Amino acid sequence: MPYDGPQPVERQLPTEEARDLLGLTRELAAREIRPRAAEEEDAGCFPRDTFATIGAAGLLGLPYPDEYGGGEQPYEVYLQVLEELAMARLTVGLGTSVHTLACHAVAEFGTKEQRAEHLPAMLGGSLLGAYCLSEPASGSDAASLRTRAVRDGGDWVINGTKAWITHGGMADFYTVLARTGVEGPRGITAFLVPGDAEGLSAAAPERKMGLKGSPTAQVHFDGVRVSDARRIGEEGQGFTIALSALDSGRLGIAACAIGVAQAALDEALAFTAERQQFGRPLADFQGLRFMLADMATGIEAGRALYLAAARLRDSGQPFSKQAAMAKLHCTDTAMRVTTDAVQLLGGYGYTADFPTERYMREAKVLQIVEGTNQIQRMVIARHLAGPETH
Amino acid sequence: MSLRIVVAVKYVPDATGDRHFAEDLTTDRDAVDGLLSELDEYAVEQALQIAEEADDAEITVLTVGPEDAKDALRKALSMGADQAVHVEDDALHGTDALGTSLVLAKAIEHTGYDLVVCGMASTDGTMGVLPAMLAERLGVPQVTLLSEVKVEDGKVTGRRDGDAASEQLEAQLPAVVSVTDQSGEARYPSFKGIMAAKKKKVESLDLSDLGIEEDEVGLAGAWTKVDSAAERPARTAGTIVTDEGEGGKQLAAFLAEQKFI
Repeated sequence: MPYDGPQPVERQLPTEEARDLLGLTRELAAREIRPRAAEEEDAGCFPRDTFATIGAAGLLGLPYPDEYGGGEQPYEVYLQVLEELAMARLTVGLGTSVHTLACHAVAEFGTKEQRAEHLPAMLGGSLLGAYCLSEPASGSDAASLRTRAVRDGGDWVINGTKAWITHGGMADFYTVLARTGVEGPRGITAFLVPGDAEGLSAAAPERKMGLKGSPTAQVHFDGVRVSDARRIGEEGQGFTIALSALDSGRLGIAACAIGVAQAALDEALAFTAERQQFGRPLADFQGLRFMLADMATGIEAGRALYLAAARLRDSGQPFSKQAAMAKLHCTDTAMRVTTDAVQLLGGYGYTADFPTERYMREAKVLQIVEGTNQIQRMVIARHLAGPETH
Repeated sequence: MSLRIVVAVKYVPDATGDRHFAEDLTTDRDAVDGLLSELDEYAVEQALQIAEEADDAEITVLTVGPEDAKDALRKALSMGADQAVHVEDDALHGTDALGTSLVLAKAIEHTGYDLVVCGMASTDGTMGVLPAMLAERLGVPQVTLLSEVKVEDGKVTGRRDGDAASEQLEAQLPAVVSVTDQSGEARYPSFKGIMAAKKKKVESLDLSDLGIEEDEVGLAGAWTKVDSAAERPARTAGTIVTDEGEGGKQLAAFLAEQKFI
């Protein structure tokens, strides 16, 4: 069959409701997200209204219980929704992943009262969340964080600076990890801080290479006071809470990476089918056909890998090693595929008139966030060979 | 007492697809995927807004069409309509607008109604005559082509924007209204709405349920008939003006020839 334009990704989905959900996601992507992506990313414009739209559609609480307004979907399904969103615009896919991660602490470690009070609004789509773990001097070495929370009667007072915060300054709530005790991982506690808390402010967003529509900013906590009712989990349990979300967050990034790679492949396929040189379409030349085949194979392998990790998670088995592998493989694949897509479009690919250069810039950040790909290799190696002796 | 709203909707071939006629010059439904007519989404949206304003309202979404037309009903139900009625009968194949209005009117009477909401036209037939025909068959007032609509105190009011003037219109219920594509963007179904729609009631009716004879509808009963249909010729490449010092004049001449200037 001759090439007939981009086709929907062939997906194996477990239920009819999952198929309907993906259908809804594709409709939202095609009508609300993709048409605005190029212009708004170029202008660095954050699509808050898009999050309201997909929130109202129920996409901002997918992997959480129905009881609290979530979609009660397995990761196998939720991640494929993320992939479709990222395929249309990474700012929306990654933002959904970050928001979902920001809900994790309350959903998994909150008391019954905390869940009942906060989750319906957090999962219901009207609020947008941010996740505050990293600091200017504490990135991969997260357990060395210095933001401090000190008890004052029934309250906690938080002081410090968080860095690389997606939705920093835009979020309605922040899940914050702060030091309440000793140095190291055991002295950290989690808090749920409202976005309008007094003393909370965001610096000007970072000027990034890509993902320009998604604000990334330092967030300052200057005597921010929250009641003890907003402490999530036990004192000192914060690092455990953060770690438990990390693997899931990595799967989110893996799915987003495959979305960006798929978008780049679709663009390259359309271009090479259309563009004629030496009297025939580019897609007729074997050297280029092989590039397309390699790109598609990498994407399909990446999708299979993140889904295999997701299915482990959904069945309650350990998936930390597979999540690190999926994050590593999918984001490296996205980097390679988007670079090849630029190559296939030639000079056009290097211009901002086509989206491939944007995809390439977006892919780069995915090799860095949620644990650099060097950290992922460290995690995988520890699973294989045990901890380092030095 | 509950406000009973019936929204009449149509299942049409996707207007962005490559649409064709079948051999008998009726719509070829196999060639292109079908969906809820986008112009009818506006009608569903206005019905939902009217229902949200009312203390107590129930929305029934109604269609006449083949088995697949259930997809259009499901879409409307997932947007928030309460229940659906599907009139399906092999004898309906080829029914024209008059015949369709007869079937819809009988089904609306069967369901019971205070307000019937229609889109401004279908995206396939695009005749836009159904609302008027329905009102005539039901013997109730028609207030058509509204870009704004409200129900209060047993009356429906609305604004019709014409080329020369905007009219403010009012009718006692029961009544038939149609709304335009200026009435407000239709909402997306939510995931939960889609799930809930699967459990909502879809009543299936055939012609005998409605007391309609087969020869009143279908190709045989149609008052209008398509005699022939020719594919529109493919678009030509257009005129290319190469600027060799006279480009501006050539462009102006082209525009003048096309009566644009």
